Amino acid sequence: MADIYSTTAGLWLAVVASGLYHGLNPGMGWPLAVSAALMERRAGALWRALGALAAGHLAAVIVILLPFAVMTVLIDWQREIRLAAGIAVIVLGAWILVTKRHPRFLARVKPTRLVLWSFLVALAHGAALMLVPIYLGLCRTEELDTAHRAAEALMSSSLFMALGVALVHTAAMIGAGGAVAWGVYRWLGLKFLTRGWFDLERVWGASLILVGVVALATA
Amino acid sequence: MNLRPDPTFHPSPKLAMQAPAETLAFTLMLSPDASQPDGLAVVDVDPGSGTFGQILHQVIMPNKGDEFHHFGWNACSSALSPLTGHAFLERRYLIIPGIRSSRIYVVDVKEPLKAKIHKIIEPEEVFAKTGYSRPHTIHCGPEGIYVSTLGGGGKDGTDGPPGIFIMDCETFDVIGRYEIDRGSQDKQYDFWWNLPRDYMVSSEWGLPPQFENGLVPEDLLSNKYGHRIHFWNLRERKNIQTIDLGENHQMALEIRPAHDPVKEYGFCGVVVDTTNLEGSIWTWWRENGTWHAKKTVTIPPQPANPDDLPELLKGFSAVPPLVTDIDLSLDDKYLYVSCWGTGEMHQYDVSDPMNPKLAGKVEIGGIVKKTQHPNGKDFGYGPQMVEVSRDGKRVYWTNSLYSTWDEQFYPGERGGAMVKADVGANGGLTLDKTFFVEFPKGYRSHQIRLEGGDCSTDSFCYPSV
Repeated sequence: MADIYSTTAGLWLAVVASGLYHGLNPGMGWPLAVSAALMERRAGALWRALGALAAGHLAAVIVILLPFAVMTVLIDWQREIRLAAGIAVIVLGAWILVTKRHPRFLARVKPTRLVLWSFLVALAHGAALMLVPIYLGLCRTEELDTAHRAAEALMSSSLFMALGVALVHTAAMIGAGGAVAWGVYRWLGLKFLTRGWFDLERVWGASLILVGVVALATA
Repeated sequence: MNLRPDPTFHPSPKLAMQAPAETLAFTLMLSPDASQPDGLAVVDVDPGSGTFGQILHQVIMPNKGDEFHHFGWNACSSALSPLTGHAFLERRYLIIPGIRSSRIYVVDVKEPLKAKIHKIIEPEEVFAKTGYSRPHTIHCGPEGIYVSTLGGGGKDGTDGPPGIFIMDCETFDVIGRYEIDRGSQDKQYDFWWNLPRDYMVSSEWGLPPQFENGLVPEDLLSNKYGHRIHFWNLRERKNIQTIDLGENHQMALEIRPAHDPVKEYGFCGVVVDTTNLEGSIWTWWRENGTWHAKKTVTIPPQPANPDDLPELLKGFSAVPPLVTDIDLSLDDKYLYVSCWGTGEMHQYDVSDPMNPKLAGKVEIGGIVKKTQHPNGKDFGYGPQMVEVSRDGKRVYWTNSLYSTWDEQFYPGERGGAMVKADVGANGGLTLDKTFFVEFPKGYRSHQIRLEGGDCSTDSFCYPSV
């Protein structure tokens, strides 16, 4: 039992850690919150922008996790689902590493549509997909813990789990991104943008692959 | 590849002004009679260098008859836009269109003194993928590199309206037309935008038959050149408002929005008013969602003896100022205005954009005055393409307008030149006696780009605070 608890704790930690990671990545939008506050010349705009970014990110994570939550009723196929999710994450990571291309449709989103922008970015860059193996791992420990249950009960607990993962992840994401945005807006200044913005594209692709490989190894 | 943003990308105009000064300038050279291929000159503008004011390197193109005019970078400070995440592009390539040939050269200037051609986009590709011809202004923006064109399809470029097309900012492939709804726009010249506010402004010169073989006096006197400016929803690619400056305000050319994206105004220069030969500057602005434009500067013509005037102007007994280029300093304080006809460079304090005040003036060249440079040399033609250093302390300009138009206003070969003026601490403009670039025989000079960006290239996504 101790093993399961430590695995569970580790997985929740991964949910939080991935949230912090996504939040710190400028590509997930914190510079937009700085820009909003500077353009409107008031700090309130920063919080409003962060709220919009969080809403979009949360929606993306839920949209990706939901189908997997539903699939947890297919008890006999759990291993295959975990393998498929791991492979999907690896493929996206490899694609990002190899192509280095930016999805051009993102450039068509208007600067005022922050929720939509955040939603699309989280989908396009695989931020939401990165959570799937972690989520499936959590469902698995849950399942071991309670042995076999009625499909209905299983599904509702999976849905709650998906919602919980999405909320905890997004809270960590916006906490980290918000802290940087506030720091740049209040103390560090715009110069930080050119000093502190690193190209995370390869690291990002590698992160996806890492998550996928761990998922496969533990499936 | 860069792991951090290119050091020449700046979040705000203010930070760009604090960056190190330029040491090199890139200036286009054109052969007006197409007897030689056009080229790009790399000019030393570092006052501490022993070769200050000299051409250090030339990239000569493999074709003749391109007619170089304007050009731009593959990437600028707009790459720092948080929306598009292109922060790791390099400012490395100059995109140089030939407005006569419709051919586009991509020149790699990573090592400026070894600058070389990276890619050539043949005219057929531009025609086939866009239906436009005669590419002109280059700006890098949200969806890639935007290129305005002066002509539509067909041999004389009048089959359909001219417009803007987009190129991929990494592969330089022509992607296609920009406009989804162009409204009544049927002519094109310059364009620029405010990225966070998501609008674009474009202007009108004339259609190819109105300029390629020279200015058409009948068209000018019947007000058939462009006189409107268009406002676009940038990302919806839609013309949202058109303002007619009045048909007598012929040739609305350069569009210069305030650099600080918080500000929702800008300027446009009009070459000539056909009722009185004045040149004018217009201020445009947005108020409660609607665009407005107002004439805020007029520059009168100067009386002249018909004997001193070219055929085209003899009947008027006056020389028009001909406002052919304007440029705004990065702090949005000074607007520089080229008066190509009278041979003057004006500096206006536009701190109050609705009420510009003349702050400085330099006389050099000119149809009648032919003012010499302080070093005693003749300066052919008049002040034309003007570029301002990022810190606003130095202003550079060249002297050719457009091959066939040069001949009409300044008959005969008068030599390509590039000069520099220094800006006083409280305004004012003084020509630098020690800087006078002469171009190789037979070449004229056109637009200037400064190393690391200048006042007519970079678009900023964050305000100056």
